[in-house]
Amino acid sequence: MQVIKVEHLYKQYQLGQVSTGTISHDLNRWFHKIRGKEDPYEKITIDNAREEKGNSNYVWALKDVNFEVNQGEVLGIIGRNGAGKSTLLKILSKVTAPTKGNIKIRGRIASLLEVGTGFHPELTGRENIFLNGAILGMTKNEIKSKFDEIVAFSGVDKYIDTPVKRYSSGMYVRLAFAVAAHLEPEILIVDEVLAVGDAEFQKKCLGKMKDVSSQGRTVLFVSHNLVAVKSLCTSGILMERGSVSFSGTADETVERYMKANADQLKPKISYNTPLDAIGNEIIKIKHIEVVPSNPFITDEISINFSFWNFSEDQETNLAFDLIDLHEEVIFGTGFKFKKNGDNLSSASCRIPADLMNDGIYTINLYFNSAEMRPLYQLSNAVSFEVADKERNYAYFGKINGAVRPKLNWESE
Amino acid sequence: MENKNDIWTEIITPRRGWLDINLKEIWRYRDLILLFVRRDFVSVYKQTILGPLWLFIQPIFTTFIFYFVFNRIAKISTEGIDPILFYLSGITLWNYFSDCFLKTSNTFTSNASIFGKVYFPRLTTPISIVISNLIKFIIQLILFGCVVFYQVYFNDVKIQPNLYLLLLPYLVFLMAIMGLGMGILFSALTTKYRDLSFLLAFGIQLLMYATPIIYPLNFTQGKLHTILSYNPISPILENFRFSFFGSGNFDFSGLIYASIFSFLTLIIGIIFFNRVENKFMDTV
Repeated sequence: MQVIKVEHLYKQYQLGQVSTGTISHDLNRWFHKIRGKEDPYEKITIDNAREEKGNSNYVWALKDVNFEVNQGEVLGIIGRNGAGKSTLLKILSKVTAPTKGNIKIRGRIASLLEVGTGFHPELTGRENIFLNGAILGMTKNEIKSKFDEIVAFSGVDKYIDTPVKRYSSGMYVRLAFAVAAHLEPEILIVDEVLAVGDAEFQKKCLGKMKDVSSQGRTVLFVSHNLVAVKSLCTSGILMERGSVSFSGTADETVERYMKANADQLKPKISYNTPLDAIGNEIIKIKHIEVVPSNPFITDEISINFSFWNFSEDQETNLAFDLIDLHEEVIFGTGFKFKKNGDNLSSASCRIPADLMNDGIYTINLYFNSAEMRPLYQLSNAVSFEVADKERNYAYFGKINGAVRPKLNWESE
Repeated sequence: MENKNDIWTEIITPRRGWLDINLKEIWRYRDLILLFVRRDFVSVYKQTILGPLWLFIQPIFTTFIFYFVFNRIAKISTEGIDPILFYLSGITLWNYFSDCFLKTSNTFTSNASIFGKVYFPRLTTPISIVISNLIKFIIQLILFGCVVFYQVYFNDVKIQPNLYLLLLPYLVFLMAIMGLGMGILFSALTTKYRDLSFLLAFGIQLLMYATPIIYPLNFTQGKLHTILSYNPISPILENFRFSFFGSGNFDFSGLIYASIFSFLTLIIGIIFFNRVENKFMDTV
């Protein structure tokens, strides 16, 4: 049985400063409307593509989204930032209305878009449970009957009559999630709540999500965390540029998403002759390749370099910085080369297995002479993603740290 | 089966009807309204030493200021009513109206963070404000009663309370829905055009001086009198004073005018509020 049916859903947003020109646009829109014409600003609305700077002030955050969810399904919604996931959830939870199209729903929807909505710092934990519960759509009696359960679940029973402004952020989140977790809706929307709380609490949350789905209720789960999506969801949809680009099982969708991501990366550059190669009059790049091109954290990664060196010197320094998505340098490393007869030099650098954290990395290259005189630099020479492996413990969040070495632990 | 609309419990669509307010839904959220009222009270007076005593201090202070400025210095008549009672009655009633108006006028902008995350009928917020201000008003009305008692017994002030006092709840109700209607109308308009919130501060001050709080309506003459009688709050205030002090006449036509005005304002306010409710997140 279908519980959600999304049909030709569109959502238009205005970019830039909202107030400038609003009156004239509103008047123009109204003038078109009374003459029975189409909205003049709909035609000039551009697709949701962040990379291309359009000349229109309006953008489709969602464009012709269609999908269905059956009862008891745990649907993972994945996609890059700005693909329209949050907009879709906002429309589903009735926070904002669609521009065109409709969504049909069977049953009560509760969303954990952000837990703790409406918590008032001056009120006690007890008062906030009631207030937050009511905001989420529970009646006083419903909350009363579940009160003890909520408090037990949150684990803050000692502080239940203390104003929540005195809570630690962990306690605050636990209490907030506890309220939301006891909503018992037919359809539950979960958005990235796994990012908060400690491992034990995450375990509780995931357990609650599994409970919900095992009782035949439906869960929509939005996350960047592919491992969590793979382990928790039964099916998935992939969103790209405001539309659903793929739907299938959770595994298929994650696979597809990773492939789409990998297509954006360039783990290999290669040129046949020095004439068409990038570089300058001294250094020309022949070949740089990351092997394997889509490594897991458990793989050894080798980066192979090969370049033409037209300098007089016999020795050249090659160094590179490995940079993550936050433009943070993870490490820098270098090597001294001897030139071959045909001006061509090759080398490869091996990054040991179980060292890198999962994430997307790029490489900045630096060529220097033996006296460290700069010869050539190349930013963002190649890029690749190190993927996480499925884990067999309860924590699915990103492991902290620039690197994630596998270290030796011994019990005493 | 699946083409039938009736098997779906809800359909989310771009637009809603003009007067499509779901009273049943608001009723279902009545606990939320009461919890909002409670939150407003608790949060305002927590960490104050005098707490709810501030509810008394404000009208008493204003009354004294009015007494010295307008009675002693400007010598504006109060139609034979004791000036303290005259000003206090005006301030008490006006405060209720202006609180309802001002505090509901930023419903959307001040609740944007909650409204942006969870759905609940948005009207619950302004309704809860009107109710929490009603409690405040009742407390201030009790203060007014005490001052009346004091003036009558200790200062020998003569008053003539009459049967029209029974209309008091209706007068208060009119104030509430007029304030609510104007407030939510403004809140809907200010989501797009913030300029209006600046006008509001001037507007409400102007409206206060156009309301017979510091002078009786009969104090004015000619054109000014005609203009001021179009102020829908004037008859409410004048009738309130008449029922307590018995000076002048009961103004029936004024009351009908105020009633029509209040209900119309509320309906227009709800229409605009409704139009904005499900779209405002895109513009704040």
